[in-house]
Amino acid sequence: MSPLPEMSPLLETRALSRDFGGLRAVDRVDFSVDPGEIRAIIGPNGAGKTTFVSLVCGRLAPSSGTIIFDGADITALPAHRRVRLGIAYTFQITSVYAQLSVFDNVALAVQRTLADGRSQDPSRGRLRTGVTEALERVGLAGRASLPAGQLAYGHQRLLEVAMGLALKPRLMILDEPTQGLGGGEIENFVALAREIAANATVLLIEHNMDVVMQLADRITVLEAGRVLAEGTPDAIRANEAVQRAYLGGGA
Amino acid sequence: MKAGARLYALHGAVIAVLLALNFLLPAYHHGLMARILVLATFAMGYNLTFGYGGLLSLGHAMFFAAGLYGAGLSIQHLGFGVPEAFLAALACGALLALVVGVLALRTTGVAFMIVTLMFSQAVHLAIIYFSAFTGGDQGLMLRPQQRRVETVLGTLNLTDPNTRYLVALALFTVVLFLMLALVRSGFGRVLVAIRENEERTRMLGYDTFSGRLAALVVSGTVCAAAGAAYGILFGYVGANFASVQYSILPLLWVLLGGAATTLGPLFGTVFMYYVVDIASGYTSAYMLVVGVVLILLVLFFRKGLLGTVRERWLRWLP
Amino acid sequence: MAFGPHLLLAILEGLVTSAVLALTALGLSLVFGVMRVVNVAHGEFFMLGAVLAWAVATTVGASPASGFAAALVIAPLIVGVVALLAERLVLRRVNYDPEATIVATIGLLYILQQLALTFYGADARPVPPPFNLRISLPWFGYSAYKLSIIATSAALLLLSWLVLTRTRAGLIMRATQYDRETAQAFGIPVGRVYATVFAIGAMLAAIAAVLIVPISQAHYLMGQDPLLLSFAVVIIGGLGSLRGTVVAALLIGISDGVISMFFSPTLAKLIATLAVAMVLVFRPQGLFGKVAR
Repeated sequence: MSPLPEMSPLLETRALSRDFGGLRAVDRVDFSVDPGEIRAIIGPNGAGKTTFVSLVCGRLAPSSGTIIFDGADITALPAHRRVRLGIAYTFQITSVYAQLSVFDNVALAVQRTLADGRSQDPSRGRLRTGVTEALERVGLAGRASLPAGQLAYGHQRLLEVAMGLALKPRLMILDEPTQGLGGGEIENFVALAREIAANATVLLIEHNMDVVMQLADRITVLEAGRVLAEGTPDAIRANEAVQRAYLGGGA
Repeated sequence: MKAGARLYALHGAVIAVLLALNFLLPAYHHGLMARILVLATFAMGYNLTFGYGGLLSLGHAMFFAAGLYGAGLSIQHLGFGVPEAFLAALACGALLALVVGVLALRTTGVAFMIVTLMFSQAVHLAIIYFSAFTGGDQGLMLRPQQRRVETVLGTLNLTDPNTRYLVALALFTVVLFLMLALVRSGFGRVLVAIRENEERTRMLGYDTFSGRLAALVVSGTVCAAAGAAYGILFGYVGANFASVQYSILPLLWVLLGGAATTLGPLFGTVFMYYVVDIASGYTSAYMLVVGVVLILLVLFFRKGLLGTVRERWLRWLP
Repeated sequence: MAFGPHLLLAILEGLVTSAVLALTALGLSLVFGVMRVVNVAHGEFFMLGAVLAWAVATTVGASPASGFAAALVIAPLIVGVVALLAERLVLRRVNYDPEATIVATIGLLYILQQLALTFYGADARPVPPPFNLRISLPWFGYSAYKLSIIATSAALLLLSWLVLTRTRAGLIMRATQYDRETAQAFGIPVGRVYATVFAIGAMLAAIAAVLIVPISQAHYLMGQDPLLLSFAVVIIGGLGSLRGTVVAALLIGISDGVISMFFSPTLAKLIATLAVAMVLVFRPQGLFGKVAR
């Protein structure tokens, strides 16, 4: 059996750190994700998961360290440029445009990908197609004209995902996407996530261990800003340190 | 494109009414309306920053003044003709908006309000300080000969009430349709998105700083156009137009008419201008009305006239 | 007069300005700090204090001293009541929303200003100072009253500092400033604290105005400059810092005095406005302030 060719990682961080006053929220994290992978990031509350992905997508600036995306150093690149390179982030606390319609929410994302998006009228072909496509993938096509603020919470989470998808990202960061969803919705989400992973690399922050175990190719466990363990779901499940810190208490 | 055609028709109808008024209004109101049309243009420029951009600026008088003095001073001291002076005014407005924007847009909310107020005060004080050049508090009067335009069709005499009204209406029309096109465009949508949720918009790949800056430059240029028109059409360039009062008035007009609506500024300006005009017939303390209306608006009527209409009945109003 | 004495005179004048400015700015800073709202009508509370001082002093005809003393007590009280009314009727109704408060206080500014115009008129009227001593310095005579303003202001600032740091009331105010929600959870009546702070802020401006009115006359437009300069002090000195307010007031008051005397008042104000803008853009916490939570 010939060895697999060496894949260069899509995303890499080297000694990435972030301080808030005296608190070190992310502590010299070395991290890498291969293209096409679904990587779950888990850890107790306050472990630095959201801070870490915020550093990756550019919402926060690092105190030190480097971030490399597809071979290029993006550490100094502003957030909006990273999005255009292909990194999409769905917010942990739902952040849709409540006053705009579901359609308009996604349209903003599609508009971005259609070059400059200067004089795109909503009735023009490409914008409408792009939006409809994204909405159908998450199952919200029927609610396109509703104001986003009127959607049920679970649907707002899906709208977030739709907006991310519409950006046609190469790296999709999902921050606690199933929070607030009911049983059936979570199942639908797992199927959706697998579809997303077919075209993009996925970073998934999750507390729901069932979802993590179903979806993840590999799991990174964070604690107090550091990587505690990293490996396949089985390896992590068997890891004693992880069990003590996180899994043992029941997620 | 049915929705679009309907909107353009609606705005066209408003222009048609305003045009008809040129022939129907008695002399006093005719003159008043000409001023109102120019000031409503000023208000539309402000609406872009405040209504659609969501930024409370208390400094837009400086852009109006940039146009007013840009045109006035270049006519008076550089001997410019009207068209060149108008272009000079636009350049002044755009440049000032660019400089102010690069600095002020690093702040938001209350800080932005104070920074714009401070810059505007600085412009006002500078006009007074350099009074040898600007005429200071007394200002400059432009002579009738300076307010004529030679065109292929003959001399356009801007001191003539009829011509004045039509030129004011022409300016208003151009800016109105510019605004309509802008707010319905991709750029307009992004501007509203930045207003609603800046971080979200950034995370969708938009450079929010540049978007806001571009909007401010357009806003400043439109306000400068209004300032230039006011000086050229009515012949007086004075420092009071750079005072904080002329930053508060467009806020009042836009709030009353309906922020983030295309036709709101017109209605707000017409209504308030008449209210102040009538009040000033009774007392010298007519600005009291401005104070009362502002408080009533903020307590009971935040969306203003057309804003309320849009919310309750006509959801498609831009 | 030679340059040295001229400079000394400018500095003394500047100190008087600083003294009055520090009190006025403290009022604005308290409101801005505790309630997180900008009171654009703050200068009009100042003006109201001066105008009412004239009204009281003229009514209490007895002697300049008693007229002034009465004014010093009554005018701030009335201004405090006006402020309370405004807070109840308007600010509370808009729930202290930053933008709405700004617009509402702009409205309040016009109402107060134009009411003063209606009932007091457009004239500037003097109020006689309580005493007329002059202190003879080697180069010029200087008004003892002006010096007493500096002393009074310093005393009031010291009193404010003691109240803020040593009393329970001060602690409540600082707690509400630091974290409104937690203060509420601890049973602090935030609504009442806000009303009190707003009234005190207005009264401080009024007291400052009563102190200065024997020197500069009472005029319905006299609130504009104090507003601008108070803003400058609060922003440059930094929020939540009494020390910052005093230092900035000294800085701005004295430089305003010096620049006004040697160059022009317009230039002094021009520099002040640009300084405020630049500080806000590049160092929003000012000289001594803490960065907002």
